Amino acid sequence: MLCQMCGQHPATTHIKTIVNGKLTQAHLCADCAKKQGYGNLFADWGSGFGSLLSGFMGSAAPARQVTRCPGCGASFEDITRSGKIGCAECYHTFRGQLLPIIQRIHGTAQHKGKVPGSSALRVTDTNNKIVAVEETPLEEKKRLLKQAIETQDFERAAVLRDEIKELEQHG
Amino acid sequence: MAEQVKWYERAGACGDVVCSTRVRLARNLKQYPFPAYANGRQKEEIEQKVKDAMLSGNSILSREFCFLPLEELSDEAAVSLVERHLVSPAYISDRKGKGVLLSQDESVSIMVNEEDHLRIQVLREGLSLKEAAELADRIDTLLGETLQFAFDPEFGYLTQCPTNLGTGMRASLMLHLPALTESGAMARIAGNLTKLGLTLRGTYGEGSQITGALYQLSNQITLGLSENEAIVNLSSIASQLIEEERKARHDLCETIPFQDKVDRAAGVLKSAKMLSTSEFMDLVSYLRLGLSAGLLTGTTQEALNALTIHVQPATLMASAGKALDQTQRDILRAQVTRQACAPIHDAKE
Repeated sequence: MLCQMCGQHPATTHIKTIVNGKLTQAHLCADCAKKQGYGNLFADWGSGFGSLLSGFMGSAAPARQVTRCPGCGASFEDITRSGKIGCAECYHTFRGQLLPIIQRIHGTAQHKGKVPGSSALRVTDTNNKIVAVEETPLEEKKRLLKQAIETQDFERAAVLRDEIKELEQHG
Repeated sequence: MAEQVKWYERAGACGDVVCSTRVRLARNLKQYPFPAYANGRQKEEIEQKVKDAMLSGNSILSREFCFLPLEELSDEAAVSLVERHLVSPAYISDRKGKGVLLSQDESVSIMVNEEDHLRIQVLREGLSLKEAAELADRIDTLLGETLQFAFDPEFGYLTQCPTNLGTGMRASLMLHLPALTESGAMARIAGNLTKLGLTLRGTYGEGSQITGALYQLSNQITLGLSENEAIVNLSSIASQLIEEERKARHDLCETIPFQDKVDRAAGVLKSAKMLSTSEFMDLVSYLRLGLSAGLLTGTTQEALNALTIHVQPATLMASAGKALDQTQRDILRAQVTRQACAPIHDAKE
Protein backbone atom coordinates (compact mmCIF):
# COMPACT_ATOMS: atom_id res chain seq x y z
CA MET A 1 0.00 0.00 0.00
CA LEU A 2 1.31 3.44 -0.92
CA CYS A 3 1.03 6.54 1.22
CA GLN A 4 -2.31 8.29 0.82
CA MET A 5 -0.74 11.72 0.92
CA CYS A 6 2.25 11.57 -1.40
CA GLY A 7 1.38 8.35 -3.21
CA GLN A 8 5.08 7.63 -3.60
CA HIS A 9 6.41 5.80 -0.57
CA PRO A 10 5.05 2.65 1.11
CA ALA A 11 2.62 3.41 3.92
CA THR A 12 4.19 2.35 7.21
CA THR A 13 2.07 4.38 9.63
CA HIS A 14 -1.59 3.52 10.03
CA ILE A 15 -3.69 5.96 11.97
CA LYS A 16 -7.19 5.25 13.20
CA THR A 17 -9.19 8.08 14.68
CA ILE A 18 -12.64 7.89 16.14
CA VAL A 19 -14.46 11.22 16.27
CA ASN A 20 -18.10 11.22 17.42
CA GLY A 21 -18.26 7.50 16.87
CA LYS A 22 -17.09 7.74 13.27
CA LEU A 23 -13.94 5.79 12.40
CA THR A 24 -11.51 7.24 9.88
CA GLN A 25 -8.33 5.53 8.76
CA ALA A 26 -5.21 7.01 7.25
CA HIS A 27 -2.26 5.17 5.77
CA LEU A 28 0.86 7.29 5.55
CA CYS A 29 4.56 6.91 4.85
CA ALA A 30 6.99 7.83 7.62
CA ASP A 31 7.77 11.29 6.19
CA CYS A 32 4.14 12.32 5.68
CA ALA A 33 3.19 10.97 9.11
CA LYS A 34 5.90 13.14 10.62
CA LYS A 35 4.63 16.19 8.72
CA GLN A 36 1.15 15.52 10.07
CA GLY A 37 2.54 15.51 13.58
CA TYR A 38 2.22 11.77 14.12
CA GLY A 39 5.97 11.28 14.38
CA ASN A 40 6.01 12.17 18.10
CA LEU A 41 3.65 9.34 18.93
CA PHE A 42 6.40 6.85 18.28
CA ALA A 43 9.37 8.92 19.33
CA ASP A 44 9.13 7.69 22.92
CA TRP A 45 9.29 4.09 21.85
CA GLY A 46 12.85 4.39 20.71
CA SER A 47 14.15 5.79 23.94
CA GLY A 48 14.44 2.59 25.92
CA PHE A 49 12.88 0.32 28.42
CA GLY A 50 11.04 2.97 30.36
CA SER A 51 8.77 3.89 27.52
CA LEU A 52 8.56 0.31 26.35
CA LEU A 53 7.28 -0.52 29.77
CA SER A 54 4.77 2.31 29.67
CA GLY A 55 3.60 0.61 26.50
CA PHE A 56 3.22 -2.69 28.31
CA MET A 57 1.35 -0.99 31.08
CA GLY A 58 -0.64 1.30 28.84
CA SER A 59 -3.82 -0.72 28.88
CA ALA A 60 -4.18 -0.68 32.65
CA ALA A 61 -7.09 1.48 33.69
CA PRO A 62 -6.29 4.20 36.23
CA ALA A 63 -7.50 3.32 39.69
CA ARG A 64 -10.31 5.48 40.98
CA GLN A 65 -9.11 5.48 44.55
CA VAL A 66 -5.41 6.20 44.57
CA THR A 67 -3.45 3.57 46.48
CA ARG A 68 0.05 4.64 47.44
CA CYS A 69 2.94 2.33 48.23
CA PRO A 70 3.82 2.63 51.94
CA GLY A 71 7.48 2.10 51.05
CA CYS A 72 8.04 4.99 48.64
CA GLY A 73 4.74 6.80 48.20
CA ALA A 74 4.42 5.95 44.51
CA SER A 75 0.97 5.32 43.06
CA PHE A 76 0.37 2.78 40.32
CA GLU A 77 -0.18 5.69 37.99
CA ASP A 78 3.28 7.04 38.84
CA ILE A 79 4.72 3.67 37.95
CA THR A 80 2.94 3.40 34.61
CA ARG A 81 3.84 6.97 33.71
CA SER A 82 7.55 6.58 34.44
CA GLY A 83 7.82 2.92 33.55
CA LYS A 84 9.79 2.49 36.75
CA ILE A 85 8.85 0.64 39.90
CA GLY A 86 9.33 2.75 43.04
CA CYS A 87 10.74 0.28 45.54
CA ALA A 88 10.75 -3.35 46.58
CA GLU A 89 7.54 -2.80 48.55
CA CYS A 90 5.72 -1.71 45.34
CA TYR A 91 5.90 -5.29 44.12
CA HIS A 92 3.85 -6.21 47.18
CA THR A 93 1.49 -3.22 47.13
CA PHE A 94 0.64 -3.46 43.42
CA ARG A 95 1.15 -7.19 43.04
CA GLY A 96 -2.22 -7.79 41.39
CA GLN A 97 -1.69 -5.09 38.78
CA LEU A 98 1.96 -5.94 38.14
CA LEU A 99 1.54 -9.69 37.82
CA PRO A 100 -0.05 -9.71 34.32
CA ILE A 101 2.56 -7.23 33.09
CA ILE A 102 5.40 -9.36 34.40
CA GLN A 103 3.86 -12.44 32.80
CA ARG A 104 3.63 -10.58 29.52
CA ILE A 105 7.30 -9.62 29.63
CA HIS A 106 8.78 -12.94 30.73
CA GLY A 107 6.07 -15.44 29.81
CA THR A 108 6.01 -16.59 33.44
CA ALA A 109 6.12 -15.16 36.93
CA GLN A 110 7.92 -17.88 38.81
CA HIS A 111 11.53 -17.22 39.71
CA LYS A 112 13.93 -20.05 39.11
CA GLY A 113 17.51 -19.43 40.06
CA LYS A 114 19.63 -17.94 42.79
CA VAL A 115 18.16 -17.22 46.20
CA PRO A 116 20.02 -14.84 48.56
CA GLY A 117 22.59 -16.67 50.60
CA SER A 118 22.92 -19.50 48.12
CA SER A 119 25.04 -19.84 45.04
CA ALA A 120 23.63 -19.70 41.53
CA LEU A 121 26.32 -21.89 40.14
CA ARG A 122 28.58 -24.25 41.89
CA VAL A 123 31.72 -25.98 40.78
CA THR A 124 31.93 -29.74 41.09
CA ASP A 125 35.36 -30.89 42.17
CA THR A 126 35.65 -33.80 39.80
CA ASN A 127 35.41 -32.28 36.34
CA ASN A 128 35.55 -28.59 37.28
CA LYS A 129 32.24 -28.00 35.51
CA ILE A 130 29.59 -25.69 36.83
CA VAL A 131 26.21 -27.20 37.51
CA ALA A 132 22.99 -25.41 38.29
CA VAL A 133 21.34 -25.54 41.67
CA GLU A 134 18.28 -27.28 40.34
CA GLU A 135 15.97 -26.53 43.24
CA THR A 136 15.63 -23.70 45.69
CA PRO A 137 15.87 -24.54 49.41
CA LEU A 138 12.09 -24.15 49.54
CA GLU A 139 11.56 -26.57 46.69
CA GLU A 140 13.99 -29.00 48.29
CA LYS A 141 12.10 -28.90 51.60
CA LYS A 142 8.78 -29.41 49.82
CA ARG A 143 10.19 -32.44 48.06
CA LEU A 144 11.55 -33.85 51.33
CA LEU A 145 8.20 -33.21 53.00
CA LYS A 146 6.44 -35.21 50.31
CA GLN A 147 8.94 -38.04 50.81
CA ALA A 148 8.49 -37.92 54.58
CA ILE A 149 4.71 -38.16 54.25
CA GLU A 150 5.01 -41.02 51.79
CA THR A 151 7.29 -42.93 54.16
CA GLN A 152 4.99 -41.98 57.06
CA ASP A 153 7.85 -40.22 58.89
CA PHE A 154 5.47 -37.74 60.49
CA GLU A 155 7.92 -36.36 63.01
CA ARG A 156 10.26 -35.29 60.22
CA ALA A 157 7.29 -34.04 58.19
CA ALA A 158 6.20 -31.75 61.03
CA VAL A 159 9.67 -30.23 61.28
CA LEU A 160 9.81 -29.72 57.52
CA ARG A 161 6.33 -28.21 57.47
CA ASP A 162 7.39 -25.59 60.04
CA GLU A 163 10.58 -24.84 58.13
CA ILE A 164 8.60 -24.37 54.89
CA LYS A 165 6.20 -22.03 56.66
CA GLU A 166 9.15 -20.04 57.96
CA LEU A 167 10.73 -19.84 54.50
CA GLU A 168 7.50 -18.82 52.81
CA GLN A 169 6.84 -16.08 55.31
CA HIS A 170 10.28 -14.56 55.47
CA GLY A 171 11.61 -15.49 52.06
CA MET B 1 46.47 1.22 37.64
CA ALA B 2 48.17 1.74 34.29
CA GLU B 3 50.83 -0.95 34.72
CA GLN B 4 48.30 -3.72 35.41
CA VAL B 5 47.44 -5.85 32.36
CA LYS B 6 43.80 -5.13 31.56
CA TRP B 7 41.33 -7.89 30.82
CA TYR B 8 40.99 -6.81 27.18
CA GLU B 9 44.73 -7.15 26.59
CA ARG B 10 44.60 -10.90 27.17
CA ALA B 11 43.79 -13.59 24.61
CA GLY B 12 40.47 -15.38 24.91
CA ALA B 13 38.68 -18.49 23.63
CA CYS B 14 37.11 -18.20 20.15
CA GLY B 15 38.86 -14.82 19.92
CA ASP B 16 38.43 -14.79 16.14
CA VAL B 17 34.70 -14.13 16.60
CA VAL B 18 34.06 -13.42 20.30
CA CYS B 19 35.82 -10.27 21.51
CA SER B 20 34.51 -10.34 25.04
CA THR B 21 32.03 -11.74 27.53
CA ARG B 22 30.03 -9.69 30.00
CA VAL B 23 27.80 -10.83 32.83
CA ARG B 24 25.93 -8.35 34.97
CA LEU B 25 23.66 -8.77 37.96
CA ALA B 26 21.06 -6.21 39.02
CA ARG B 27 20.58 -5.93 42.79
CA ASN B 28 18.75 -3.53 45.09
CA LEU B 29 18.86 -2.89 48.79
CA LYS B 30 15.64 -3.90 50.48
CA GLN B 31 15.27 -0.86 52.71
CA TYR B 32 15.70 1.93 50.12
CA PRO B 33 13.53 3.16 47.22
CA PHE B 34 14.91 2.30 43.78
CA PRO B 35 17.28 4.98 42.34
CA ALA B 36 14.59 6.87 40.37
CA TYR B 37 12.63 7.41 43.61
CA ALA B 38 15.56 7.78 46.04
CA ASN B 39 16.66 11.22 47.25
CA GLY B 40 20.23 12.50 47.48
CA ARG B 41 20.71 11.47 51.10
CA GLN B 42 19.42 7.97 50.46
CA LYS B 43 21.71 7.60 47.44
CA GLU B 44 24.66 8.63 49.60
CA GLU B 45 23.73 6.04 52.21
CA ILE B 46 23.40 3.37 49.55
CA GLU B 47 26.80 4.27 48.16
CA GLN B 48 28.36 4.11 51.61
CA LYS B 49 26.78 0.73 52.39
CA VAL B 50 27.96 -0.80 49.12
CA LYS B 51 31.46 0.62 49.57
CA ASP B 52 31.65 -0.72 53.11
CA ALA B 53 30.39 -4.13 52.08
CA MET B 54 32.94 -4.41 49.30
CA LEU B 55 35.99 -2.66 50.65
CA SER B 56 35.89 -3.63 54.30
CA GLY B 57 35.15 -7.27 53.63
CA ASN B 58 37.81 -9.80 54.51
CA SER B 59 37.73 -11.44 51.12
CA ILE B 60 40.72 -11.40 48.79
CA LEU B 61 38.34 -9.91 46.25
CA SER B 62 37.85 -6.73 48.24
CA ARG B 63 41.56 -5.85 48.31
CA GLU B 64 41.61 -5.48 44.54
CA PHE B 65 38.97 -2.78 44.36
CA CYS B 66 39.04 0.97 44.32
CA PHE B 67 36.13 3.41 44.32
CA LEU B 68 35.65 6.13 41.69
CA PRO B 69 33.10 8.82 42.59
CA LEU B 70 31.65 9.86 39.22
CA GLU B 71 31.04 13.44 40.29
CA GLU B 72 34.78 13.99 40.64
CA LEU B 73 35.66 12.71 37.18
CA SER B 74 36.29 14.93 34.14
CA ASP B 75 33.99 14.48 31.16
CA GLU B 76 36.69 12.63 29.22
CA ALA B 77 37.44 10.28 32.09
CA ALA B 78 33.72 9.50 32.47
CA VAL B 79 33.20 8.86 28.75
CA SER B 80 36.33 6.74 28.75
CA LEU B 81 34.63 4.45 31.29
CA VAL B 82 31.91 3.84 28.69
CA GLU B 83 34.44 3.27 25.93
CA ARG B 84 36.15 0.68 28.11
CA HIS B 85 32.71 -0.92 28.63
CA LEU B 86 32.94 -0.42 32.40
CA VAL B 87 29.71 1.55 32.72
CA SER B 88 26.67 2.08 30.52
CA PRO B 89 26.22 5.26 28.43
CA ALA B 90 23.08 6.23 30.39
CA TYR B 91 25.00 5.95 33.66
CA ILE B 92 27.29 8.94 33.03
CA SER B 93 24.62 11.32 31.69
CA ASP B 94 23.83 12.51 35.21
CA ARG B 95 26.73 11.76 37.51
CA LYS B 96 25.33 13.03 40.79
CA GLY B 97 25.31 10.49 43.61
CA LYS B 98 26.91 7.83 41.47
CA GLY B 99 30.11 5.91 41.86
CA VAL B 100 31.75 2.82 40.53
CA LEU B 101 33.84 0.18 42.26
CA LEU B 102 36.54 -1.02 39.92
CA SER B 103 38.94 -3.94 40.09
CA GLN B 104 42.56 -3.29 39.14
CA ASP B 105 42.46 -5.14 35.85
CA GLU B 106 39.08 -3.49 35.10
CA SER B 107 37.41 -6.87 34.68
CA VAL B 108 34.94 -6.23 37.50
CA SER B 109 32.94 -3.07 37.96
CA ILE B 110 30.12 -2.40 40.38
CA MET B 111 27.98 0.56 39.39
CA VAL B 112 26.21 2.16 42.33
CA ASN B 113 22.89 3.96 41.81
CA GLU B 114 22.55 3.12 38.15
CA GLU B 115 19.09 1.93 37.11
CA ASP B 116 19.37 -0.35 40.14
CA HIS B 117 21.25 0.25 43.39
CA LEU B 118 23.94 -2.17 42.27
CA ARG B 119 24.99 -3.43 38.90
CA ILE B 120 27.68 -6.05 39.35
CA GLN B 121 29.51 -6.50 36.09
CA VAL B 122 32.20 -8.97 35.09
CA LEU B 123 34.07 -8.67 31.81
CA ARG B 124 36.20 -11.41 30.28
CA GLU B 125 38.17 -11.71 27.08
CA GLY B 126 36.84 -14.11 24.43
CA LEU B 127 34.09 -16.64 25.10
CA SER B 128 34.03 -17.17 28.85
CA LEU B 129 30.42 -17.20 30.00
CA LYS B 130 30.68 -19.77 32.78
CA GLU B 131 33.76 -18.21 34.33
CA ALA B 132 32.28 -14.72 34.19
CA ALA B 133 28.96 -15.87 35.66
CA GLU B 134 30.77 -17.73 38.40
CA LEU B 135 32.77 -14.69 39.43
CA ALA B 136 29.69 -12.43 39.36
CA ASP B 137 27.93 -15.01 41.51
CA ARG B 138 30.78 -15.04 44.04
CA ILE B 139 30.83 -11.26 44.30
CA ASP B 140 27.05 -11.23 44.72
CA THR B 141 27.24 -13.85 47.47
CA LEU B 142 30.00 -11.89 49.20
CA LEU B 143 28.01 -8.64 49.08
CA GLY B 144 24.88 -10.49 50.16
CA GLU B 145 26.57 -11.36 53.45
CA THR B 146 26.43 -7.71 54.52
CA LEU B 147 23.74 -6.19 52.30
CA GLN B 148 20.09 -7.18 52.39
CA PHE B 149 18.97 -7.53 48.79
CA ALA B 150 15.33 -7.07 47.80
CA PHE B 151 14.03 -10.52 46.92
CA ASP B 152 10.65 -12.17 46.42
CA PRO B 153 10.22 -15.95 46.18
CA GLU B 154 7.96 -15.55 43.13
CA PHE B 155 9.57 -12.59 41.33
CA GLY B 156 13.17 -13.31 42.35
CA TYR B 157 15.54 -10.35 42.78
CA LEU B 158 13.45 -7.17 42.64
CA THR B 159 14.56 -4.54 40.15
CA GLN B 160 13.48 -1.04 39.14
CA CYS B 161 12.50 -2.29 35.70
CA PRO B 162 10.42 -5.51 35.64
CA THR B 163 12.35 -6.67 32.55
CA ASN B 164 15.25 -7.55 34.88
CA LEU B 165 13.23 -9.41 37.54
CA GLY B 166 14.20 -12.93 38.55
CA THR B 167 17.90 -13.61 38.28
CA GLY B 168 18.66 -9.96 37.42
CA MET B 169 21.31 -11.44 35.20
CA ARG B 170 22.14 -10.20 31.74
CA ALA B 171 24.90 -12.16 30.03
CA SER B 172 26.25 -10.85 26.76
CA LEU B 173 28.88 -11.63 24.19
CA MET B 174 30.55 -9.05 22.00
CA LEU B 175 30.65 -10.75 18.62
CA HIS B 176 32.55 -9.69 15.55
CA LEU B 177 30.36 -10.77 12.63
CA PRO B 178 31.70 -9.05 9.51
CA ALA B 179 31.05 -11.90 7.08
CA LEU B 180 27.44 -12.39 8.20
CA THR B 181 26.96 -8.62 8.03
CA GLU B 182 28.48 -8.48 4.54
CA SER B 183 26.22 -11.31 3.33
CA GLY B 184 23.14 -9.47 4.65
CA ALA B 185 22.19 -12.32 6.99
CA MET B 186 22.10 -10.26 10.18
CA ALA B 187 18.53 -8.97 9.85
CA ARG B 188 17.18 -12.51 9.51
CA ILE B 189 19.33 -13.76 12.39
CA ALA B 190 18.31 -10.89 14.69
CA GLY B 191 14.64 -11.68 14.03
CA ASN B 192 15.08 -15.35 14.87
CA LEU B 193 17.02 -14.60 18.05
CA THR B 194 14.11 -12.65 19.51
CA LYS B 195 11.98 -15.79 19.32
CA LEU B 196 14.61 -17.63 21.36
CA GLY B 197 14.58 -15.07 24.18
CA LEU B 198 17.87 -13.54 23.08
CA THR B 199 18.61 -10.12 21.67
CA LEU B 200 21.23 -8.42 19.49
CA ARG B 201 22.24 -4.88 20.36
CA GLY B 202 24.78 -2.30 19.25
CA THR B 203 28.42 -2.14 20.28
CA TYR B 204 27.91 -0.19 23.52
CA GLY B 205 24.71 -1.93 24.60
CA GLU B 206 21.12 -0.83 24.59
CA GLY B 207 20.24 1.81 22.03
CA SER B 208 23.77 2.14 20.66
CA GLN B 209 25.00 1.92 17.08
CA ILE B 210 26.65 -1.08 15.53
CA THR B 211 30.23 -0.12 14.66
CA GLY B 212 32.82 -2.27 12.95
CA ALA B 213 30.42 -5.26 12.70
CA LEU B 214 30.53 -5.64 16.49
CA TYR B 215 27.29 -6.89 18.04
CA GLN B 216 26.20 -7.64 21.58
CA LEU B 217 24.27 -10.88 21.92
CA SER B 218 22.48 -11.23 25.25
CA ASN B 219 19.71 -13.05 27.07
CA GLN B 220 16.41 -11.21 27.29
CA ILE B 221 14.38 -13.34 29.70
CA THR B 222 15.45 -13.26 33.35
CA LEU B 223 12.41 -14.69 35.11
CA GLY B 224 11.55 -18.40 34.96
CA LEU B 225 15.01 -19.42 33.80
CA SER B 226 17.88 -20.14 36.16
CA GLU B 227 21.24 -18.40 35.68
CA ASN B 228 22.70 -21.61 34.37
CA GLU B 229 19.88 -22.26 31.91
CA ALA B 230 20.19 -18.73 30.53
CA ILE B 231 23.91 -19.22 30.07
CA VAL B 232 23.58 -22.63 28.43
CA ASN B 233 21.02 -21.11 26.04
CA LEU B 234 23.24 -18.23 25.15
CA SER B 235 26.29 -20.48 24.72
CA SER B 236 24.56 -22.83 22.35
CA ILE B 237 23.18 -20.05 20.15
CA ALA B 238 26.55 -18.29 20.23
CA SER B 239 28.37 -21.41 19.07
CA GLN B 240 25.95 -21.72 16.16
CA LEU B 241 26.55 -18.10 15.22
CA ILE B 242 30.31 -18.58 15.54
CA GLU B 243 30.13 -21.56 13.17
CA GLU B 244 27.97 -19.65 10.67
CA GLU B 245 30.30 -16.67 10.78
CA ARG B 246 33.38 -18.86 10.28
CA LYS B 247 31.77 -20.59 7.30
CA ALA B 248 30.76 -17.27 5.76
CA ARG B 249 34.27 -15.93 6.36
CA HIS B 250 35.83 -18.91 4.67
CA ASP B 251 33.83 -18.28 1.49
CA LEU B 252 34.36 -14.55 1.64
CA CYS B 253 38.12 -14.74 2.16
CA GLU B 254 38.62 -16.89 -0.95
CA THR B 255 37.60 -14.00 -3.19
CA ILE B 256 40.15 -11.53 -4.54
CA PRO B 257 37.84 -8.47 -4.09
CA PHE B 258 37.66 -9.26 -0.40
CA GLN B 259 41.37 -9.92 -0.04
CA ASP B 260 41.86 -6.58 -1.71
CA LYS B 261 39.67 -4.89 0.92
CA VAL B 262 41.67 -6.51 3.74
CA ASP B 263 45.05 -5.49 2.33
CA ARG B 264 43.80 -1.97 1.59
CA ALA B 265 42.49 -1.65 5.15
CA ALA B 266 45.88 -2.72 6.48
CA GLY B 267 47.55 -0.24 4.13
CA VAL B 268 45.46 2.67 5.35
CA LEU B 269 45.89 1.81 9.03
CA LYS B 270 49.64 1.46 8.56
CA SER B 271 50.10 4.77 6.82
CA ALA B 272 47.21 7.19 7.43
CA LYS B 273 48.07 10.57 8.96
CA MET B 274 44.51 11.13 10.19
CA LEU B 275 41.84 8.62 11.21
CA SER B 276 38.31 9.26 12.44
CA THR B 277 36.80 6.78 14.94
CA SER B 278 34.29 5.46 12.44
CA GLU B 279 36.90 4.95 9.73
CA PHE B 280 39.13 3.21 12.24
CA MET B 281 36.27 0.92 13.34
CA ASP B 282 35.41 -0.04 9.76
CA LEU B 283 39.02 -0.74 8.80
CA VAL B 284 40.00 -2.61 11.95
CA SER B 285 37.04 -4.91 11.28
CA TYR B 286 38.74 -5.99 8.04
CA LEU B 287 42.00 -6.38 9.91
CA ARG B 288 40.46 -8.72 12.47
CA LEU B 289 38.93 -10.73 9.70
CA GLY B 290 42.12 -10.87 7.64
CA LEU B 291 44.02 -11.96 10.71
CA SER B 292 41.62 -14.76 11.63
CA ALA B 293 41.51 -15.97 8.00
CA GLY B 294 45.28 -16.10 7.85
CA LEU B 295 45.47 -13.41 5.16
CA LEU B 296 47.41 -11.11 7.46
CA THR B 297 50.04 -11.68 10.09
CA GLY B 298 52.08 -9.63 12.53
CA THR B 299 49.52 -8.89 15.26
CA THR B 300 46.93 -10.63 17.47
CA GLN B 301 43.20 -10.26 18.07
CA GLU B 302 43.82 -9.13 21.65
CA ALA B 303 46.27 -6.48 20.43
CA LEU B 304 43.51 -5.20 18.13
CA ASN B 305 40.98 -5.32 21.01
CA ALA B 306 43.30 -3.20 23.13
CA LEU B 307 44.03 -0.81 20.24
CA THR B 308 40.29 -0.39 19.58
CA ILE B 309 39.73 0.72 23.15
CA HIS B 310 42.81 2.97 23.28
CA VAL B 311 41.85 5.01 20.21
CA GLN B 312 38.25 5.78 21.26
CA PRO B 313 37.91 9.58 21.57
CA ALA B 314 37.71 10.02 25.34
CA THR B 315 40.18 7.25 26.16
CA LEU B 316 42.60 8.85 23.69
CA MET B 317 42.25 12.21 25.46
CA ALA B 318 42.52 10.60 28.88
CA SER B 319 45.81 8.96 27.91
CA ALA B 320 47.08 12.19 26.30
CA GLY B 321 46.23 13.95 29.55
CA LYS B 322 44.55 16.92 27.85
CA ALA B 323 41.51 17.91 25.81
CA LEU B 324 41.99 17.59 22.05
CA ASP B 325 39.78 18.85 19.25
CA GLN B 326 38.64 16.45 16.56
CA THR B 327 41.52 17.15 14.18
CA GLN B 328 44.06 16.66 16.94
CA ARG B 329 42.35 13.43 17.96
CA ASP B 330 42.32 12.11 14.40
CA ILE B 331 46.03 12.84 14.09
CA LEU B 332 46.87 11.18 17.40
CA ARG B 333 44.62 8.21 16.59
CA ALA B 334 46.40 7.71 13.27
CA GLN B 335 49.78 7.98 14.99
CA VAL B 336 48.93 5.36 17.65
CA THR B 337 47.41 3.12 14.98
CA ARG B 338 50.39 3.40 12.62
CA GLN B 339 52.68 2.35 15.42
CA ALA B 340 50.52 -0.61 16.46
CA CYS B 341 49.95 -1.75 12.89
CA ALA B 342 53.54 -1.38 11.65
CA PRO B 343 54.38 -5.10 11.97
CA ILE B 344 51.24 -6.20 10.09
CA HIS B 345 51.84 -7.62 6.62
CA ASP B 346 50.26 -9.88 4.03
CA ALA B 347 50.76 -13.50 5.11
CA LYS B 348 51.82 -14.54 1.61
CA GLU B 349 54.55 -11.95 1.25
